[in-house]
Amino acid sequence: MPLSINLTINGGARNVALDDPRVTLLDLLRERLALPGTKKGCDRGQCGACTVLVNGRRVNSCLTLAATLDGAEITTIEGLSNGELHPVQSAFIENDAFQCGYCTPGQIMSAVGLIMEGSAGDDPERIREGMSGNLCRCAAYHGITLAVQEATRRMAENRREDAA
Amino acid sequence: MKSFDLIQPATIDEALAAWQPGASWLGGGTNLVDLMKAGALQPDTVIDVNRLPGLREIETLSDGATRIGALVSNAELASDMEFARSFPAIAEAVLSGASGQLRNAATVAGNLMQRTRCAYFQDPNAACNRREPGSGCDARAGENANLAVLGWSDACIATSPSDLCVSLAALDAVVEIRGREGQREIAIADFHLLPGDTPERETALQPGELIVAVRLPAEARQFAANARYLKVRERTSFAFAVASCAAALQMEGGRISKARLALGAVAARPWRVAEAETLLAGHLPDTDLFARAADAALAGASPSGANAWKIELARRTVIRALTLAAAGTPARMPALPASPFGELAGELAHV
Repeated sequence: MPLSINLTINGGARNVALDDPRVTLLDLLRERLALPGTKKGCDRGQCGACTVLVNGRRVNSCLTLAATLDGAEITTIEGLSNGELHPVQSAFIENDAFQCGYCTPGQIMSAVGLIMEGSAGDDPERIREGMSGNLCRCAAYHGITLAVQEATRRMAENRREDAA
Repeated sequence: MKSFDLIQPATIDEALAAWQPGASWLGGGTNLVDLMKAGALQPDTVIDVNRLPGLREIETLSDGATRIGALVSNAELASDMEFARSFPAIAEAVLSGASGQLRNAATVAGNLMQRTRCAYFQDPNAACNRREPGSGCDARAGENANLAVLGWSDACIATSPSDLCVSLAALDAVVEIRGREGQREIAIADFHLLPGDTPERETALQPGELIVAVRLPAEARQFAANARYLKVRERTSFAFAVASCAAALQMEGGRISKARLALGAVAARPWRVAEAETLLAGHLPDTDLFARAADAALAGASPSGANAWKIELARRTVIRALTLAAAGTPARMPALPASPFGELAGELAHV
């Protein structure tokens, strides 16, 4: 059953022909659109490595059937930096928020989504709770929490400067 | 994953007409796609309901009731300020479930329809009367420490995994349904079925019926000042309940005038016992009183396996939830929603 969907991926319009309705957004990105930055961990919605933004909201791309996304706007780790690193990316580097790096794209996309949700602020307990859908088997959680705190503050400052 | 035909109807009537035996509705997909990957569910046809119009609103009706569209996401529901203020125990229950990513995708109707987390249901190679009627129940002699202690049968000892439904049950929600024959409603108390001899019948929905909304009566708002959800888990966050309780009180002059109580993770549906609620009415909040209510709520509980411990845990969860509700709804959602950790001690109390 040929399906044709229109997506905006990292700002660029893409028309994608799907030959199978089983294709997840994760497999579409990695296997068919040459965007392997989004990682496959558990493939069952439990680890968060595959987190991307769909219409500005963080979701597990492994549980999202691509065919249901016609018209959607997708942001992956590849689309985050704008010439210079996104504040969350910089904060992850500065706070040693990873070791092996495999979960990092998902952690960063989840953090970007969490900060946009605006409910955690820079409270470490709320950040830990808000990031609980992202596992890090190297257990870099302390650095991740610090990085999200710092990025939250920096992005709020940037917004204030922009407004001034 | 077994292959399937995908249908993407544009209207509810088209969706209802497209349904046939062996078809599944697809909302957020967080449960269905997962179970299809496991092979536990193998629908021939998947009907994507995400394009159906008019199912994404949270609205207040003229009679004061609140109507939640079937496709409202769990995250949208819990982050709607007006909704969370009016129904804090529901918001807390939703935020205690799953992860931020899953709550963004998962829908309210999908939450009502989510399947048990019993490992034998999820494993297509195991015997499970719920998944395959007549095949037996591997849970009876298997890993059953977290399975049902109320309302179970020889055929099935699975529990409902939903947090949202526990809070909806406490507040007398009504499920609005559309079928080819028209519209009807089912009280949430009658929506999920106990297993009996037919555990494969999980809800009161007839084949091909579709949830279009969940409605909360106007009276449900009157518990807003004293409403909590408490969820005991094996880890601090992103885990299903081992035992949970929604407790909602109306207070008058320091006394409880009306009480609502529902337990989660102890049976195949949210567990609500009228006697436990009536014995609270008219009394001052008190631990002994809460213990009597807990005993009434757990009346008839019996282990279905190596899970007698859950009965005492559920009893204590009820007492604690009532204590929290009597203390008043917190001004701000706790950092760890529904958690037994943290808030009481005033600082970080978990590992």
